Formats: sequence, C-alpha cells, structure tokens
Amino acid sequence: MDIKANCHLPHALANDDHRKEFDSCPLEYNPLLKHNREGIFYTVLAGLFATLAILPLLLVLGYVMFRGGALMSVELFTQLPSPPGLSGGGIANAILGTFIVTGIASLIAIPVGIGGGIYIAEYSRVDLFSVFVHYGTNVLAGVPSIICGIFIYLLVVTTRLLFGESFSAVAGGLALAVIMIPTVIKTTDEALKLLEDDLRWAAMAVGASKFVTITRVTLPAAFTPIATGSMLGIARAAGETAPLIFTAMFSFYWPEGLFKPIATLSVLVFNYSIMPYEAQNQLALAASFVIVMLILCINLLVHRLGFYLRG
Amino acid sequence: MRSRRPQISLWRKPKAQETASGFTQRRRPWKDRLLDHGFRWLTIVLASIVGILVIAILLVVFAGSLPAIVAYGLDFLIRSDWDPSNESYGAFTAIYGTLVSSLLALLVAVPLGVGSAVFITEDILPYSIRRIIGIMVELLAAIPSVILGLWAIFVMEPALRPVLTSVHQRLGWIPLFSTQPIGPGMAPAVIILAVMLLPIITSISRDTLDQVPIELRFAAYGVGSSRWQSIIKIIIPAAISGIAGGVLLALGRAMGETMAVTMIIGNSTNFSPSLLSPGNTISSMLANQFGEATGPQVSALMYAALILMILTLLVNFLAEWVVRRLKLRYH
Repeated sequence: MDIKANCHLPHALANDDHRKEFDSCPLEYNPLLKHNREGIFYTVLAGLFATLAILPLLLVLGYVMFRGGALMSVELFTQLPSPPGLSGGGIANAILGTFIVTGIASLIAIPVGIGGGIYIAEYSRVDLFSVFVHYGTNVLAGVPSIICGIFIYLLVVTTRLLFGESFSAVAGGLALAVIMIPTVIKTTDEALKLLEDDLRWAAMAVGASKFVTITRVTLPAAFTPIATGSMLGIARAAGETAPLIFTAMFSFYWPEGLFKPIATLSVLVFNYSIMPYEAQNQLALAASFVIVMLILCINLLVHRLGFYLRG
Repeated sequence: MRSRRPQISLWRKPKAQETASGFTQRRRPWKDRLLDHGFRWLTIVLASIVGILVIAILLVVFAGSLPAIVAYGLDFLIRSDWDPSNESYGAFTAIYGTLVSSLLALLVAVPLGVGSAVFITEDILPYSIRRIIGIMVELLAAIPSVILGLWAIFVMEPALRPVLTSVHQRLGWIPLFSTQPIGPGMAPAVIILAVMLLPIITSISRDTLDQVPIELRFAAYGVGSSRWQSIIKIIIPAAISGIAGGVLLALGRAMGETMAVTMIIGNSTNFSPSLLSPGNTISSMLANQFGEATGPQVSALMYAALILMILTLLVNFLAEWVVRRLKLRYH
C-alpha cells in the first residue's frame, strides 16, 4: 500500500521474521515524507521568526552601546547640557533629575501599590468595591502614558496646585506614579495569591490576627516577587518620557528644588534627538547609553536578587 | 452546646467567656483590634486610590474636551482639517493614523511573536539557548520607547529609505505607496511599533503555550501526529484565548504608544493615504501640540485624547472578554 511504498526497510530488519510479521514499517525518520517536510519547513520558519524577533534588540543595544559608549567622558557626568547649536557639555543635571523624579514616583507608587495589592489578595470579597478596584487596576494599566501626563498637567500644572508652581519635579513624579501603581498592585496581588492558603491557616491557628498574618507571614514570604516587580516597575518608569514632557518639562540648569522644572534623561533624549544639531544628537545618544545601562543594571540586579533570595 | 461565634467589635471591652466545655474564649486586647481594623482600612483606602484615579482621569479629560464636543460634535471624527489659525479642527487624520499604524504593526508582529513563542516553548534547541532567546525578548521590552525612537531616527530610517524608494518606484500606482519617501513617515513608524509589540505578544503567548496541559500533547503524539501537526492543530488552538488576549493588549498598547511614533512619524496634520508620507497619530499629536496649545486647541486636543482613551478602553475590555469567552471552550 501507500505506507509500504514510503518505507525504506534496512536489510537486517527486513530479514527478521518477528519484525516482519507485526511491523511492516519500522520506526525510521524519513525526511522526504510530507509531514516531515512540513515539519522542517515550520521549524526553519519559527527559527527565522525568533531570529527576527531578537534582531532589533541586538541592533539597538549594539548601536547604543558602541556609539553611545564611545562618547563617555568625565565632563558628561559633571557638566550641564549645552544649549542648542553649541557643542560640548554634559548631562549631569538630567542624570540627577531622573533619580529625583523616579524616586518621588517610587515613594508614592510603591506604598499605594503594595497596599492595594494586599487589599485585593487578602481582604477583597465578591462585592462591588472589589470589582471597582479590580477593573480600576486593569483600566489604569491600559491608559496610555501620554494621557497620564495630560491628566497631571491639567490637575497639578495648570492649576498651580503645588505652592503656586507650574511645571515641577513633583508633578513629574506624580505622573510616573500613576503609571507605576497598577504594575505594583498586580505584582503584589499575584505574589500573595501564589502563596498556599495553608500558610494563612497555620498563622490563624496559632492565634495570629489578620494584621499579624499579613505583616509577619504572607508579606515576608512574598517579598522576593514583590521586590522584583517593584524594581522592574522603577526601571520602566526611569525610561518613560511621554508623561514627563508636560509635567517635569526640561531645564538646562541644575535642579532648583522639587517644585521647579527639572531635566530628566528621557526628555533630554527626546528633545535633543529631534534637533538638527550634531552636538545635541551626540548628547542624546550618550544619555540613551546611560539610561540603557541604568535599566540593564536594575534588571541584572533583580535577577541576582531573585536567585540569591530563593537560595 | 455550641458556643456563639465571637462578635468582633472594635469598641466593646474584651471579656473572658466561659464555654460549656471548659475552654476560655478571650477577646484580643483593644490595641490589637485597633491595629487590625486600622490596617484593613488603610489597605481599603490605598486600593480605592486606583479607582478614584481612573474616574478622575476620565472626568478631567471629559471636562477638558466638553467645549470641543459642543463646538464640533461628531463631525470631529470624520473631518481631516486641523487648522489652529482658523480654529477649525477635525481629528480624522490622527484617528486614521492611530488605527492604521497599530493594525499594520500588529500584522507584522503577530506572526513573528507567536512564531518565536512556539520556537521558545518547543524543545527544538537546547534549553539554555531557548532561555537566552527568551531573556533577550524580555530585555527588548525593557528598552524605553524614546531610545527605540532615537535608533529609528538615526539608524533605521536612513537604512530603510532606499528600500521604500524602490517600493515607491515599482508600486507607486497603488495609493498606499503613492508618495516619495522623504524621511519620517508612517512606514518606519509601523516598523518601530511592531518592534515594540513583539515582546508583549511573545511573552504572553509563551506563558499561555506553557500552560497548555501536557496530556493534550501526549494524546496528539499518541494518535500519530508529528510535532508541527500537534502544534498547529492542538496546542495553538488550546492556547488561543491567551494568545488572542495578548494580541489585543498589544493593540491597546500600540494605539497609546507615544514617543517612538512621535519621533519617526513626521507629524503632519495633512491627510494622505500613502504609507510613505508623514502622518500623525492621536498620541503623537498630543505630545507635539499640547505644550504650546491655548484656548480652543487645548479643548480639541482633549477631545482627541478622549477618543484615544475610549479606543484603548474598548480594546482592553475586548481583550478581557476574549480571554474569558475562549477559555470556557478549552478548560
């Protein structure tokens, strides 16, 4: 039959009577069969797709690392950016500004996010408020970051809510916090839900209150994933640009306080890369290198932390 | 005799209760109960901040766009003139740009993303290599969009221009390729968007593919199907809910994506059907004009922002619905 026609019986097996009786077609890989040809085709295709998927990363990282890394110098980390058209200068104020704005955002978003995550994982029941919180988290996670920026712009910047100042580092931090909060909530919620309920029952059984159960048992047990998620959230916020354009804005000077406009690396990259001046483009490239190194370091740290704490 | 369940009350004094069996039932000290209740209320307050934020964002954007909604009505959606000097606004160009750029990017990213997810989850290559590929795809997600935009301006677009020019020369009779590429434009924006969507689609597809019960694979192999027959006929259909959800989430992300697109799309408010000409999306328009806008323009921009928000909300809800709807069929 058809099957037999496709078989290529090895000589030794063909003479084996026992085999012949039951098995007219021994296990043998024939690459010319239709489904095997299909298999090879699909395997190559999937491998090609995977290669194409990591190609942009390699190209972007390579470009930023080699071209940006070549621009590293001491004055880059100690001097203020040069105004458009002039060459030289550094990005020191933007580096400092990124740390300040991201720090403000983390100080707001991490407590709020962890608190909300604890509520969802430990306290929430099937009621209207829990649905409200659950959908609120999902919707907020889906709101485009530029709209978070516009929201804070209208709420804080144009109304001069913060001591009569308009654009400020705190406004930028608030906008970033709005973006970070859903991430931290989801991380906390998932980390706590991964824990076995036995842990909670055991704590309750020896007489611990809910507060003690959470703060002494479940939160410490879920510390690693929560810390990992929060760190990754911080890393993402450090690279965010859209929410900062209208809130923290940009400044050519050293940070003058939390309620004044402040330079950040990401806004510097945006502003300087679309300028038609070579020197400014170079600064943007150098700033990208610093951001990428910062984010890579946080990511590596997180992986190390994860391995170290899991033991 | 069954003892009554102790009523946990914050203000009543703790008192010892003797039950019939001889056990002593005690209340916690009031300090403990205060702490317990206080902590619960603290988490409730912190959790409600999220919901309040969502409502506040919707309210602020809606209130800001109200003058424009009154002035332009639904015509805003289909008019393509954006003329601040005459105070005449229509967002069709931006809405068209948002939808076309994100859908085309999805068209590129879905096969690549799902394909590489399958490649990572199958044991075609040794585990260590697949793990490295997985980590690299996730690192791609960690690169800020502004840096992808910078790369697109300085490296990708100059490299792409000869290709696009030859496409224009060969296929210029198709409206989609009818203009001469002049640098920034819709086509490079689509490509950079696809790069940004890849890690989202890959990681979500990979997670769902990993969760497909291994018995399905055993059964498929048992009835004699090959690796790819079982992947295409069994594994991917079983994981389709998660993959579809991930694709829709990526679509929502693409529509809201701002920086890389703003830097490379050219920001022209003139409508052109060609992919090679500069275009506009809602978010790039917001990033470009919001800082300098005054009066009616602010309101018109807010109207556009409201439309963007509604679009992303719809897509996100659709994603959740698809995940729930399709899950029932396979679990």
